[in-house]
Amino acid sequence: MTEDSRLLIQKQQGITRIEFLDRNILDEGSIQRIGEEISALIDETAVPKLLISFENVEHLSSAALGTLININNKIRQKGGQLRLSNIDPQIYEVFVITKLDRLFKIYDDAEKAMVSFE
Amino acid sequence: MPDALTKTLVIPSTLADAHDAQETVMEAVKAAGFPEEPSFAVRLALDEALSNAVRHGNKLDASKSVTVEYEVSPTRVTISVTDQGPGFDPESVPDPTLDENLDQPHGRGLMLIKAYMTEVTYSARGNRVTMTKTCDCTLPRRPRS
Repeated sequence: MTEDSRLLIQKQQGITRIEFLDRNILDEGSIQRIGEEISALIDETAVPKLLISFENVEHLSSAALGTLININNKIRQKGGQLRLSNIDPQIYEVFVITKLDRLFKIYDDAEKAMVSFE
Repeated sequence: MPDALTKTLVIPSTLADAHDAQETVMEAVKAAGFPEEPSFAVRLALDEALSNAVRHGNKLDASKSVTVEYEVSPTRVTISVTDQGPGFDPESVPDPTLDENLDQPHGRGLMLIKAYMTEVTYSARGNRVTMTKTCDCTLPRRPRS
């Protein structure tokens, strides 16, 4: 994690686990930096396996959804896997409203997400 | 909408100023005693409206302004966001929930505003959106499967 990073990154069993340090990831400047940081992590790995936990995230915007989609597209291009976990019910509803619950693999908690990787 | 209870912010078209305006409005919403659960919807819709005004309406031109008018009470929040752009037709935006659009990173803002707010109207030109949320609102509307 760099000094300016807004992410907590851990590597476990070949899977990169990411948590957000901010409760509110609506700010577009932060979203862009987060996207760039995660993109760099994907570039470092031949076949990336990423778990993004939304624990402590209270709000997000369509810009954040767009960043997640870009991350998902990039991981798929490399034959990797992405999982999302610990999403607050109100935020999960945003995924349902936008039908993005069909695009992403979403789990109640990180442990369930971890065992789902192939 | 303008009357004694309406407050107005005029901000330059930068994302940072939009963020600050959002925080100002949300502080007023909280101070008015508007419940926390529907406040989620207000924050989400306001962020989308401000982002659209700054990015799409005023093309991130800091010399152009965005006007935010808001009126809050314990049971109702009404916000108007106006940009200085040419306007647009809200009906012309593609449906982001179609299968072929799901992996597109943009185009969800208007849909989220409509899904979460009790009432949404646009000026004829399309450069002003007025959104109302009442605390007894049972939205968001879920899309048809």
